[in-house]
Amino acid sequence: MTNRFIDLLAKSRAENSPIMVDGGMGTMLFAAGLMFGDPPEMWNALPDKQDKVRGVYRGYLEAGSQIILTNTFGGTSFRLKMHNLQDRTFELNRLGVAMAREEADKFGPDRVVAGSIGPSGELFEPMGKLTYESAVEGFARQAEGIAAGGADVFWIETMSDLQEVRAAVEGARKAAPHLPIVATMTFDTKGFTMMGVSPSQAVHELSALNLAAMGANCGNGPDELEATICAMHQTDPNVILVAKGNAGMPQLVDGRATYNATPEHMLEHARRFRAFGATIIGACCGSTPAHIKAMTEALRTLPPLDPSTVELTVPLPERKVASSDKRARRERRG
Amino acid sequence: MDFSDLPDDELWLQMQDDLYDGMKEEVTAETEEALKRGYSPTEVLEKGLVAGMDIVGVDFRDGVLFVPEVLMAANSMKSGMEILRPLLTETGAPRVGKVVIGTVKGDIHDIGKNLVAMMLEGAGFEVINLGVNVDADKFLAAIREHKPDIIGMSALLTTTMPYMKVVNQALIDERLREEVYVMAGGAPVSEAFSMAVGADAYGRDAATSVEIAKAYMESMRKQPK
Repeated sequence: MTNRFIDLLAKSRAENSPIMVDGGMGTMLFAAGLMFGDPPEMWNALPDKQDKVRGVYRGYLEAGSQIILTNTFGGTSFRLKMHNLQDRTFELNRLGVAMAREEADKFGPDRVVAGSIGPSGELFEPMGKLTYESAVEGFARQAEGIAAGGADVFWIETMSDLQEVRAAVEGARKAAPHLPIVATMTFDTKGFTMMGVSPSQAVHELSALNLAAMGANCGNGPDELEATICAMHQTDPNVILVAKGNAGMPQLVDGRATYNATPEHMLEHARRFRAFGATIIGACCGSTPAHIKAMTEALRTLPPLDPSTVELTVPLPERKVASSDKRARRERRG
Repeated sequence: MDFSDLPDDELWLQMQDDLYDGMKEEVTAETEEALKRGYSPTEVLEKGLVAGMDIVGVDFRDGVLFVPEVLMAANSMKSGMEILRPLLTETGAPRVGKVVIGTVKGDIHDIGKNLVAMMLEGAGFEVINLGVNVDADKFLAAIREHKPDIIGMSALLTTTMPYMKVVNQALIDERLREEVYVMAGGAPVSEAFSMAVGADAYGRDAATSVEIAKAYMESMRKQPK
């Protein structure tokens, strides 16, 4: 069976060309009037809001995104339960993906729809209450809706816990074993994920999951993401890497959180992500179609940067040693 | 589990180590052992639990420990606290301070906020945790009911971060702003953003937040409002 995402990867490999993915979804929906506290996925089912969601998809497709992510990031039953919408998991995910499918198809037969799967927002045992089995089930419910909507690929993103990635992958495979899977993690804690996963550890552990691609998204702005991508590429140069960073850091402007990286900033970072080893390039929070357009044009028209001349602006993440004198005390433990 | 053979000073170190490693049963047994030796609940709290949690806080701030280890340490701290709390109330031990904390309206992320709450409790604060999706009215009601020294607001989403300013404005409108010290935090929140929403301080991470809260309480003792 052919798959548009797999075809896109093959073409990229043959031509040695980067693949453009999209930018922020929440940022765009908020600009379109999404209110504090409302679940974005609900807009997939509201007749007067559906066109706003389609508008975001169209914006990124017009800007040059070859892959668009669906408005289903918070669509696990765990997250929807916070809004008492857990019974509508399948429907809200299916609708969000189906609209993306329709919009993407208007732009040609090679545009890819990636069904976004975000974290459950819960912690696994023994830190929290989530069990592996219930996590797999929760992700599978969402993945069924995503597959029914016609996605080409599952796109697991913003993860911090490897166990949760495994559960999401298993859930997705349960729902649609034939669809490829991408997983990206968020390295926002001194170069590690919140749960302490390093970029190289992520590459090692995710490589066992038979993913089509892996990488990093969100986090603390493009400078840190460059170091993350560099570390992942050094760990295994053969892995297809996704770089989807935030447009800088948020600042408060006129009562709204506005990210400080302009399209001009981000186009330079796009070239640098490529030089550091990323194949699939886009952006995350704070970015708009204008950012993606600038990044797309830069990657298409400007000569690639020479990796040997590009330098990181932040150091590679490093495991720290305790400043407290732990060893001496621990030895006395029975 | 028997710690009766350990000299007192080693018992404290053992307790701190076990707390650091998230060994809940050990910390419980050590808390009981220390009480049995005649130490006051305040001493057990300070020399064992708080001292252990201080090391955890430093290593978390420095990127040695991450959320899983800190949560396990906080859980073992909690088991010790469960024994000490009724005794502390009985003996009328003074509280460090009172904090009302919550994730702002529209945001359901609470891992970081709960971590801050646990570390504050670990440092001896009384913490009223309002949970997630907390609107300005809930913050106002909690301030009126509990009369905290500090309120802490958390947000993880750019869509919800600006709501901190709404809460701050509500405090001003209701003439409660002078009564509380306002702290802001959350992954995308910065020092500049915290100041822009009108907060008094930015809690970069759980350990830093505790340091700031303690420093504020200290300044209030010297110069009451």
